[in-house]
Amino acid sequence: MCLAVPSKIVSIDDGGIAQIDVLGVRRDCSVRLTPNAKPGDYVLVHAGFAIQVVEEQEADETLRLLQEMSDRELAEITGQQGADAPAGEPAAAPAAAR
Amino acid sequence: MATKTDLDSFRDPKLARELLDAIERLARGKNVNLMEVCGTHTVSIARYGLRSAMPEGVHLLSGPGCPVCVTSNHDIDTMIALARIPDVIVTTFGDMIRVPGSSTTLGAERAQGRDVRVVYSPLDALAFARENPPRRVFFLGGGFETTTPAIGATILTAHDEGLGNFFVYSAHKRTPPAIMAIEDDPETQVNGFILPGHVSTITGLAPYRPLAERYHVPGVVSGFEPVDILSAIARLLAQIDEGQARIENAYERGVLDEGNVVAQRMIDRVFEPCDATWRGLGVIPGSGSAIRPEFADHDAARAFSPDVEPTVEPRGCRCGDVLRGVIAPDRCPLFGRACTAEHPVGPCMVSSEGSCAAYFRYQEHSR
Ligand code: SF4
Repeated sequence: MCLAVPSKIVSIDDGGIAQIDVLGVRRDCSVRLTPNAKPGDYVLVHAGFAIQVVEEQEADETLRLLQEMSDRELAEITGQQGADAPAGEPAAAPAAAR
Repeated sequence: MATKTDLDSFRDPKLARELLDAIERLARGKNVNLMEVCGTHTVSIARYGLRSAMPEGVHLLSGPGCPVCVTSNHDIDTMIALARIPDVIVTTFGDMIRVPGSSTTLGAERAQGRDVRVVYSPLDALAFARENPPRRVFFLGGGFETTTPAIGATILTAHDEGLGNFFVYSAHKRTPPAIMAIEDDPETQVNGFILPGHVSTITGLAPYRPLAERYHVPGVVSGFEPVDILSAIARLLAQIDEGQARIENAYERGVLDEGNVVAQRMIDRVFEPCDATWRGLGVIPGSGSAIRPEFADHDAARAFSPDVEPTVEPRGCRCGDVLRGVIAPDRCPLFGRACTAEHPVGPCMVSSEGSCAAYFRYQEHSR
Protein backbone atom coordinates (compact mmCIF):
# COMPACT_ATOMS: atom_id res chain seq x y z
CA MET A 1 0.00 0.00 0.00
CA CYS A 2 2.94 2.32 0.58
CA LEU A 3 4.40 1.72 -2.85
CA ALA A 4 4.07 4.65 -5.19
CA VAL A 5 3.81 3.86 -8.87
CA PRO A 6 6.04 5.68 -11.36
CA SER A 7 4.07 7.44 -14.07
CA LYS A 8 4.73 9.89 -16.86
CA ILE A 9 2.89 13.19 -16.85
CA VAL A 10 1.12 13.77 -20.15
CA SER A 11 -0.49 17.12 -19.36
CA ILE A 12 -1.57 19.27 -16.42
CA ASP A 13 -4.77 21.31 -16.31
CA ASP A 14 -5.33 24.65 -14.57
CA GLY A 15 -6.77 22.91 -11.51
CA GLY A 16 -3.52 21.06 -10.85
CA ILE A 17 -4.85 17.75 -12.14
CA ALA A 18 -2.40 15.89 -14.35
CA GLN A 19 -3.14 13.30 -16.96
CA ILE A 20 -0.67 10.48 -16.39
CA ASP A 21 0.33 7.28 -18.09
CA VAL A 22 0.62 4.32 -15.68
CA LEU A 23 1.70 1.10 -17.36
CA GLY A 24 -0.13 2.20 -20.48
CA VAL A 25 -3.31 3.24 -18.67
CA ARG A 26 -4.42 6.89 -18.62
CA ARG A 27 -5.34 8.25 -15.21
CA ASP A 28 -5.74 11.52 -13.40
CA CYS A 29 -3.58 12.56 -10.51
CA SER A 30 -3.12 15.71 -8.47
CA VAL A 31 0.23 17.51 -8.58
CA ARG A 32 -0.55 19.57 -5.49
CA LEU A 33 2.24 17.89 -3.52
CA THR A 34 4.79 18.28 -6.34
CA PRO A 35 4.21 21.86 -7.53
CA ASN A 36 7.32 21.80 -9.75
CA ALA A 37 6.25 18.79 -11.82
CA LYS A 38 5.73 19.49 -15.52
CA PRO A 39 4.49 17.52 -18.53
CA GLY A 40 7.08 14.96 -19.60
CA ASP A 41 8.33 14.44 -16.04
CA TYR A 42 8.20 11.08 -14.32
CA VAL A 43 6.54 11.13 -10.92
CA LEU A 44 5.87 8.61 -8.17
CA VAL A 45 2.09 8.46 -7.75
CA HIS A 46 0.31 7.24 -4.65
CA ALA A 47 -3.43 7.37 -3.90
CA GLY A 48 -4.04 9.75 -6.77
CA PHE A 49 -1.29 12.21 -5.84
CA ALA A 50 2.18 12.68 -7.29
CA ILE A 51 4.61 12.61 -4.35
CA GLN A 52 8.01 12.96 -6.01
CA VAL A 53 9.56 13.78 -9.36
CA VAL A 54 12.06 11.05 -10.32
CA GLU A 55 14.49 10.27 -13.13
CA GLU A 56 13.27 8.12 -15.99
CA GLN A 57 15.71 5.36 -14.98
CA GLU A 58 14.20 5.06 -11.52
CA ALA A 59 10.74 4.97 -13.06
CA ASP A 60 11.81 2.12 -15.36
CA GLU A 61 13.35 0.08 -12.56
CA THR A 62 10.37 0.33 -10.25
CA LEU A 63 8.00 -0.44 -13.10
CA ARG A 64 10.02 -3.53 -13.93
CA LEU A 65 9.66 -4.68 -10.34
CA LEU A 66 5.93 -4.06 -10.49
CA GLN A 67 5.56 -6.05 -13.66
CA GLU A 68 7.17 -9.05 -12.00
CA MET A 69 4.54 -9.01 -9.32
CA SER A 70 1.45 -11.14 -9.49
CA ASP A 71 -1.67 -9.69 -11.02
CA ARG A 72 -3.31 -9.43 -7.64
CA GLU A 73 -0.45 -7.51 -6.08
CA LEU A 74 -0.33 -5.29 -9.12
CA ALA A 75 -4.04 -4.57 -9.06
CA GLU A 76 -3.87 -3.71 -5.40
CA ILE A 77 -0.91 -1.45 -5.76
CA THR A 78 -2.02 0.41 -8.85
CA GLY A 79 -5.68 0.35 -7.85
CA GLN A 80 -6.51 -0.49 -11.45
CA GLN A 81 -8.87 -3.30 -10.66
CA GLY A 82 -9.02 -2.57 -6.98
CA ALA A 83 -11.35 0.40 -7.32
CA ASP A 84 -14.87 -0.47 -8.18
CA ALA A 85 -18.52 0.32 -8.33
CA PRO A 86 -20.52 -0.34 -5.16
CA ALA A 87 -21.95 -3.66 -6.33
CA GLY A 88 -20.35 -7.04 -5.78
CA GLU A 89 -17.92 -8.68 -3.45
CA PRO A 90 -14.21 -8.23 -3.97
CA ALA A 91 -12.57 -11.09 -5.79
CA ALA A 92 -11.58 -13.83 -3.39
CA ALA A 93 -7.87 -14.19 -2.76
CA PRO A 94 -6.41 -16.35 -5.50
CA ALA A 95 -4.59 -19.54 -4.62
CA ALA A 96 -1.33 -18.59 -3.05
CA ALA A 97 0.91 -21.35 -4.22
CA ARG A 98 2.74 -21.17 -7.47
CA MET B 1 9.53 -18.52 -7.15
CA ALA B 2 11.51 -20.83 -4.91
CA THR B 3 12.83 -20.13 -1.47
CA LYS B 4 16.29 -20.84 -2.74
CA THR B 5 17.84 -17.64 -3.94
CA ASP B 6 18.16 -17.55 -7.69
CA LEU B 7 20.65 -14.81 -8.37
CA ASP B 8 20.20 -15.10 -12.11
CA SER B 9 16.70 -13.72 -11.76
CA PHE B 10 18.14 -10.46 -10.43
CA ARG B 11 18.54 -7.56 -12.78
CA ASP B 12 22.24 -7.37 -11.93
CA PRO B 13 23.41 -10.84 -10.80
CA LYS B 14 27.06 -9.76 -10.64
CA LEU B 15 26.32 -6.87 -8.29
CA ALA B 16 24.09 -9.14 -6.21
CA ARG B 17 26.93 -11.66 -5.89
CA GLU B 18 29.38 -8.92 -4.84
CA LEU B 19 26.96 -7.59 -2.25
CA LEU B 20 26.35 -11.07 -0.86
CA ASP B 21 30.12 -11.60 -0.60
CA ALA B 22 30.46 -8.30 1.25
CA ILE B 23 27.60 -9.27 3.56
CA GLU B 24 29.24 -12.63 4.24
CA ARG B 25 32.55 -10.96 5.07
CA LEU B 26 31.00 -8.31 7.31
CA ALA B 27 28.81 -10.87 9.10
CA ARG B 28 31.69 -13.02 10.32
CA GLY B 29 31.54 -13.51 14.06
CA LYS B 30 28.37 -11.48 14.39
CA ASN B 31 24.85 -12.30 15.38
CA VAL B 32 22.54 -9.48 14.32
CA ASN B 33 18.85 -8.89 13.76
CA LEU B 34 17.97 -6.49 10.96
CA MET B 35 14.38 -5.37 10.61
CA GLU B 36 12.48 -4.01 7.64
CA VAL B 37 9.38 -1.90 8.27
CA CYS B 38 7.80 -1.64 4.83
CA GLY B 39 5.26 -4.00 3.28
CA THR B 40 6.92 -3.80 -0.12
CA HIS B 41 10.27 -4.80 1.40
CA THR B 42 8.51 -7.73 3.10
CA VAL B 43 7.24 -8.92 -0.26
CA SER B 44 10.57 -8.35 -2.08
CA ILE B 45 12.58 -10.21 0.58
CA ALA B 46 10.20 -13.17 0.40
CA ARG B 47 9.87 -13.16 -3.36
CA TYR B 48 13.61 -13.15 -4.03
CA GLY B 49 14.52 -15.50 -1.19
CA LEU B 50 16.83 -12.96 0.45
CA ARG B 51 16.21 -14.32 3.94
CA SER B 52 17.72 -17.69 3.13
CA ALA B 53 20.57 -16.02 1.21
CA MET B 54 21.85 -14.44 4.42
CA PRO B 55 24.92 -15.94 6.10
CA GLU B 56 24.63 -17.47 9.54
CA GLY B 57 24.28 -14.74 12.12
CA VAL B 58 22.25 -12.31 9.99
CA HIS B 59 18.54 -12.54 10.67
CA LEU B 60 16.03 -10.56 8.64
CA LEU B 61 12.95 -9.69 10.66
CA SER B 62 9.78 -8.18 9.38
CA GLY B 63 8.34 -5.33 11.44
CA PRO B 64 5.17 -3.24 11.54
CA GLY B 65 5.27 -2.17 7.89
CA CYS B 66 1.92 -3.41 6.62
CA PRO B 67 -0.58 -0.57 7.03
CA VAL B 68 -3.75 -2.59 7.41
CA CYS B 69 -2.01 -5.15 9.65
CA VAL B 70 -1.05 -2.56 12.25
CA THR B 71 -4.54 -1.03 12.31
CA SER B 72 -6.07 -1.97 15.65
CA ASN B 73 -9.21 -4.05 15.89
CA HIS B 74 -10.90 -1.14 17.64
CA ASP B 75 -10.22 1.13 14.65
CA ILE B 76 -11.60 -1.49 12.25
CA ASP B 77 -14.67 -1.99 14.45
CA THR B 78 -15.20 1.78 14.47
CA MET B 79 -15.00 1.87 10.67
CA ILE B 80 -17.56 -0.93 10.50
CA ALA B 81 -19.82 0.94 12.95
CA LEU B 82 -19.61 4.02 10.71
CA ALA B 83 -20.56 1.89 7.71
CA ARG B 84 -23.71 0.81 9.59
CA ILE B 85 -25.06 4.35 9.97
CA PRO B 86 -28.17 4.44 7.74
CA ASP B 87 -27.83 5.88 4.26
CA VAL B 88 -24.09 6.64 4.31
CA ILE B 89 -21.52 5.87 1.64
CA VAL B 90 -18.21 4.58 3.00
CA THR B 91 -15.09 4.48 0.89
CA THR B 92 -11.66 3.02 1.54
CA PHE B 93 -8.66 1.38 -0.09
CA GLY B 94 -8.98 -2.22 -1.31
CA ASP B 95 -6.90 -3.92 1.37
CA MET B 96 -8.97 -2.54 4.21
CA ILE B 97 -12.24 -4.18 3.32
CA ARG B 98 -11.02 -7.73 3.81
CA VAL B 99 -9.49 -7.13 7.23
CA PRO B 100 -11.42 -8.82 10.02
CA GLY B 101 -12.66 -6.70 12.88
CA SER B 102 -14.02 -8.28 16.04
CA SER B 103 -16.97 -9.97 14.35
CA THR B 104 -17.16 -8.96 10.69
CA THR B 105 -15.37 -7.17 7.82
CA LEU B 106 -16.27 -4.18 5.68
CA GLY B 107 -16.58 -6.60 2.76
CA ALA B 108 -19.11 -8.72 4.64
CA GLU B 109 -21.05 -5.57 5.55
CA ARG B 110 -21.13 -4.70 1.87
CA ALA B 111 -22.55 -8.13 1.08
CA GLN B 112 -25.26 -7.29 3.65
CA GLY B 113 -26.21 -4.27 1.58
CA ARG B 114 -24.14 -1.45 3.12
CA ASP B 115 -22.78 0.98 0.60
CA VAL B 116 -19.04 0.27 0.89
CA ARG B 117 -16.93 1.39 -2.07
CA VAL B 118 -13.29 0.71 -2.83
CA VAL B 119 -11.50 3.75 -4.18
CA TYR B 120 -8.09 4.30 -5.68
CA SER B 121 -7.76 7.84 -4.38
CA PRO B 122 -9.45 9.87 -1.63
CA LEU B 123 -10.29 12.31 -4.44
CA ASP B 124 -12.73 9.67 -5.75
CA ALA B 125 -14.46 9.74 -2.36
CA LEU B 126 -14.64 13.51 -2.60
CA ALA B 127 -16.30 13.18 -6.00
CA PHE B 128 -18.96 10.88 -4.47
CA ALA B 129 -19.64 13.57 -1.84
CA ARG B 130 -20.06 16.24 -4.50
CA GLU B 131 -22.40 14.04 -6.56
CA ASN B 132 -24.54 12.89 -3.62
CA PRO B 133 -25.19 16.04 -1.57
CA PRO B 134 -27.88 14.60 0.71
CA ARG B 135 -25.77 11.56 1.63
CA ARG B 136 -22.84 11.54 4.00
CA VAL B 137 -19.65 10.14 2.54
CA PHE B 138 -16.89 8.71 4.72
CA PHE B 139 -13.34 8.01 3.72
CA LEU B 140 -11.78 5.42 6.05
CA GLY B 141 -8.11 6.23 6.04
CA GLY B 142 -5.22 4.11 7.20
CA GLY B 143 -1.61 3.91 6.22
CA PHE B 144 1.68 5.65 6.76
CA GLU B 145 3.26 8.93 5.72
CA THR B 146 3.10 8.04 2.03
CA THR B 147 -0.69 8.22 2.22
CA THR B 148 -1.32 10.90 4.86
CA PRO B 149 -0.52 13.99 2.71
CA ALA B 150 -2.98 12.83 0.04
CA ILE B 151 -5.71 12.54 2.66
CA GLY B 152 -4.72 15.92 4.09
CA ALA B 153 -4.97 17.59 0.69
CA THR B 154 -8.39 16.01 0.19
CA ILE B 155 -9.66 17.31 3.55
CA LEU B 156 -8.33 20.75 2.70
CA THR B 157 -10.19 20.71 -0.63
CA ALA B 158 -13.43 19.62 1.09
CA HIS B 159 -12.94 22.42 3.61
CA ASP B 160 -12.32 25.03 0.91
CA GLU B 161 -15.37 23.87 -1.06
CA GLY B 162 -17.53 23.76 2.06
CA LEU B 163 -18.47 20.14 1.36
CA GLY B 164 -20.39 19.49 4.56
CA ASN B 165 -21.14 15.83 3.77
CA PHE B 166 -17.52 14.63 3.52
CA PHE B 167 -15.82 13.01 6.52
CA VAL B 168 -12.54 11.24 7.11
CA TYR B 169 -11.83 8.65 9.77
CA SER B 170 -8.10 8.94 10.34
CA ALA B 171 -6.27 5.81 11.49
CA HIS B 172 -3.05 7.13 9.94
CA LYS B 173 0.21 6.20 11.54
CA ARG B 174 3.73 7.64 11.76
CA THR B 175 6.59 5.25 11.16
CA PRO B 176 9.50 6.68 13.22
CA PRO B 177 7.75 6.44 16.64
CA ALA B 178 6.97 2.76 15.93
CA ILE B 179 10.64 2.09 15.19
CA MET B 180 11.63 3.64 18.53
CA ALA B 181 8.89 1.57 20.24
CA ILE B 182 10.44 -1.60 18.81
CA GLU B 183 13.78 -0.55 20.26
CA ASP B 184 12.11 0.03 23.64
CA ASP B 185 10.45 -3.40 23.52
CA PRO B 186 12.39 -5.77 25.81
CA GLU B 187 11.20 -8.80 23.82
CA THR B 188 12.74 -7.70 20.53
CA GLN B 189 16.35 -6.91 19.80
CA VAL B 190 16.99 -5.14 16.53
CA ASN B 191 20.53 -4.08 15.64
CA GLY B 192 19.73 -2.18 12.48
CA PHE B 193 16.73 -1.01 10.44
CA ILE B 194 16.14 -1.24 6.71
CA LEU B 195 14.13 1.97 6.47
CA PRO B 196 11.12 2.27 4.14
CA GLY B 197 11.36 3.69 0.63
CA HIS B 198 8.31 5.72 -0.28
CA VAL B 199 7.45 6.57 3.32
CA SER B 200 10.89 8.23 3.43
CA THR B 201 10.16 9.99 0.13
CA ILE B 202 7.77 12.06 2.25
CA THR B 203 9.52 12.18 5.64
CA GLY B 204 13.16 12.45 4.60
CA LEU B 205 15.86 11.26 7.01
CA ALA B 206 15.44 13.67 9.93
CA PRO B 207 12.65 11.84 11.84
CA TYR B 208 14.82 8.69 12.04
CA ARG B 209 17.84 10.44 13.55
CA PRO B 210 16.82 9.73 17.18
CA LEU B 211 17.26 6.04 16.36
CA ALA B 212 20.96 6.60 15.78
CA GLU B 213 21.44 9.31 18.36
CA ARG B 214 19.38 8.00 21.23
CA TYR B 215 19.54 4.24 20.69
CA HIS B 216 22.82 4.01 18.80
CA VAL B 217 21.15 1.82 16.17
CA PRO B 218 21.86 2.42 12.46
CA GLY B 219 19.19 2.80 9.78
CA VAL B 220 19.52 2.75 5.99
CA VAL B 221 16.73 3.85 3.62
CA SER B 222 16.34 1.22 0.92
CA GLY B 223 14.73 0.93 -2.51
CA PHE B 224 12.66 -2.09 -3.50
CA GLU B 225 14.87 -3.99 -5.94
CA PRO B 226 16.61 -7.01 -4.41
CA VAL B 227 20.03 -5.39 -5.03
CA ASP B 228 18.79 -2.25 -3.26
CA ILE B 229 17.88 -4.30 -0.21
CA LEU B 230 21.19 -6.22 -0.30
CA SER B 231 23.07 -2.96 -0.50
CA ALA B 232 21.15 -1.55 2.48
CA ILE B 233 21.97 -4.71 4.44
CA ALA B 234 25.68 -4.40 3.55
CA ARG B 235 25.71 -0.76 4.64
CA LEU B 236 24.03 -1.63 7.93
CA LEU B 237 26.56 -4.39 8.60
CA ALA B 238 29.44 -2.06 7.73
CA GLN B 239 28.18 0.46 10.28
CA ILE B 240 27.71 -2.22 12.92
CA ASP B 241 31.21 -3.51 12.14
CA GLU B 242 32.69 -0.04 12.75
CA GLY B 243 30.59 0.50 15.84
CA GLN B 244 28.81 3.37 14.06
CA ALA B 245 25.15 4.34 14.08
CA ARG B 246 24.07 6.71 11.33
CA ILE B 247 20.95 7.20 9.24
CA GLU B 248 21.94 6.75 5.60
CA ASN B 249 20.09 7.04 2.33
CA ALA B 250 20.73 4.16 -0.08
CA TYR B 251 17.74 5.10 -2.24
CA GLU B 252 18.66 8.53 -3.54
CA ARG B 253 16.78 7.82 -6.78
CA GLY B 254 13.47 8.05 -4.91
CA VAL B 255 14.22 9.82 -1.64
CA LEU B 256 15.68 13.26 -1.01
CA ASP B 257 17.43 13.62 2.35
CA GLU B 258 15.00 16.39 3.27
CA GLY B 259 11.97 14.46 1.95
CA ASN B 260 9.03 16.15 0.25
CA VAL B 261 8.72 19.39 2.18
CA VAL B 262 5.42 20.39 0.52
CA ALA B 263 3.88 17.09 1.60
CA GLN B 264 5.29 17.41 5.13
CA ARG B 265 3.67 20.86 5.41
CA MET B 266 0.40 19.36 4.18
CA ILE B 267 0.50 16.77 6.99
CA ASP B 268 1.23 19.47 9.58
CA ARG B 269 -1.46 21.78 8.24
CA VAL B 270 -4.28 19.25 8.52
CA PHE B 271 -3.14 16.76 11.17
CA GLU B 272 -1.53 16.84 14.58
CA PRO B 273 0.35 14.01 16.26
CA CYS B 274 -1.75 11.93 18.65
CA ASP B 275 -1.29 8.73 20.62
CA ALA B 276 -2.32 5.75 18.54
CA THR B 277 -2.90 2.06 19.18
CA TRP B 278 -0.99 -0.35 16.96
CA ARG B 279 -1.80 -4.01 16.73
CA GLY B 280 0.87 -5.82 18.72
CA LEU B 281 2.70 -2.69 19.81
CA GLY B 282 -0.06 -1.12 21.88
CA VAL B 283 -0.35 2.62 22.38
CA ILE B 284 2.62 4.56 21.01
CA PRO B 285 2.76 8.23 22.00
CA GLY B 286 2.67 10.67 19.09
CA SER B 287 2.45 7.90 16.48
CA GLY B 288 -0.96 8.78 15.07
CA SER B 289 -2.31 11.65 12.99
CA ALA B 290 -5.49 13.26 14.29
CA ILE B 291 -7.38 15.80 12.21
CA ARG B 292 -6.82 19.30 13.63
CA PRO B 293 -9.80 20.97 15.40
CA GLU B 294 -9.92 23.55 12.59
CA PHE B 295 -11.19 20.76 10.30
CA ALA B 296 -13.43 19.10 12.90
CA ASP B 297 -16.40 19.39 10.51
CA HIS B 298 -14.75 16.74 8.35
CA ASP B 299 -13.55 14.53 11.18
CA ALA B 300 -15.70 11.40 11.44
CA ALA B 301 -14.28 10.67 14.89
CA ARG B 302 -15.65 13.96 16.24
CA ALA B 303 -18.83 14.32 14.21
CA PHE B 304 -20.14 10.80 14.92
CA SER B 305 -20.04 8.50 17.88
CA PRO B 306 -21.50 5.21 16.65
CA ASP B 307 -21.80 2.22 18.96
CA VAL B 308 -18.61 0.24 18.57
CA GLU B 309 -18.68 -3.42 19.54
CA PRO B 310 -16.31 -4.63 22.26
CA THR B 311 -12.95 -5.64 20.85
CA VAL B 312 -12.34 -9.36 20.34
CA GLU B 313 -8.99 -10.39 18.85
CA PRO B 314 -8.94 -13.32 16.38
CA ARG B 315 -8.51 -16.47 18.48
CA GLY B 316 -5.06 -17.95 18.46
CA CYS B 317 -3.73 -15.37 16.00
CA ARG B 318 -0.23 -14.13 16.87
CA CYS B 319 -0.13 -11.17 14.46
CA GLY B 320 0.83 -8.90 17.31
CA ASP B 321 4.00 -10.92 17.97
CA VAL B 322 4.70 -11.24 14.24
CA LEU B 323 4.48 -7.46 13.80
CA ARG B 324 7.04 -6.91 16.57
CA GLY B 325 9.42 -9.47 15.12
CA VAL B 326 9.09 -11.62 18.26
CA ILE B 327 8.11 -14.70 16.25
CA ALA B 328 8.40 -15.56 12.57
CA PRO B 329 5.03 -16.23 10.89
CA ASP B 330 5.61 -19.98 10.57
CA ARG B 331 5.97 -20.21 14.35
CA CYS B 332 2.31 -19.30 14.75
CA PRO B 333 0.46 -22.57 15.47
CA LEU B 334 -2.27 -21.64 13.00
CA PHE B 335 0.10 -20.82 10.12
CA GLY B 336 -0.60 -22.98 7.07
CA ARG B 337 -3.19 -25.00 8.99
CA ALA B 338 -6.21 -23.04 10.19
CA CYS B 339 -4.76 -19.88 8.61
CA THR B 340 -3.99 -19.84 4.88
CA ALA B 341 -4.24 -17.29 2.09
CA GLU B 342 -7.61 -18.78 1.09
CA HIS B 343 -8.89 -18.76 4.66
CA PRO B 344 -6.98 -16.08 6.54
CA VAL B 345 -7.50 -15.76 10.28
CA GLY B 346 -5.58 -12.58 11.02
CA PRO B 347 -4.73 -9.37 9.16
CA CYS B 348 -1.09 -10.42 8.58
CA MET B 349 -2.43 -13.17 6.30
CA VAL B 350 -5.24 -11.09 4.80
CA SER B 351 -3.11 -8.30 3.39
CA SER B 352 -0.81 -9.21 0.51
CA GLU B 353 1.85 -7.10 2.27
CA GLY B 354 1.44 -8.94 5.55
CA SER B 355 4.39 -11.01 6.77
CA CYS B 356 2.27 -14.16 7.13
CA ALA B 357 0.96 -13.81 3.57
CA ALA B 358 4.48 -13.28 2.21
CA TYR B 359 5.81 -16.32 4.08
CA PHE B 360 2.89 -18.41 2.95
CA ARG B 361 2.96 -17.39 -0.67
CA TYR B 362 6.68 -17.84 -1.14
CA GLN B 363 6.93 -20.81 1.22
CA GLU B 364 9.54 -19.30 3.43
CA HIS B 365 10.80 -20.95 6.57
CA SER B 366 12.42 -19.37 9.55
CA ARG B 367 15.56 -21.00 10.85
S1 SF4 C 1 -0.49 -17.16 10.56
FE1 SF4 C 1 -2.58 -16.31 10.61
S2 SF4 C 1 -3.28 -16.63 12.70
FE2 SF4 C 1 -1.05 -16.85 12.73
S3 SF4 C 1 -0.26 -14.79 13.18
FE3 SF4 C 1 -0.35 -14.94 10.96
S4 SF4 C 1 -2.35 -14.09 10.43
FE4 SF4 C 1 -2.43 -14.55 12.62
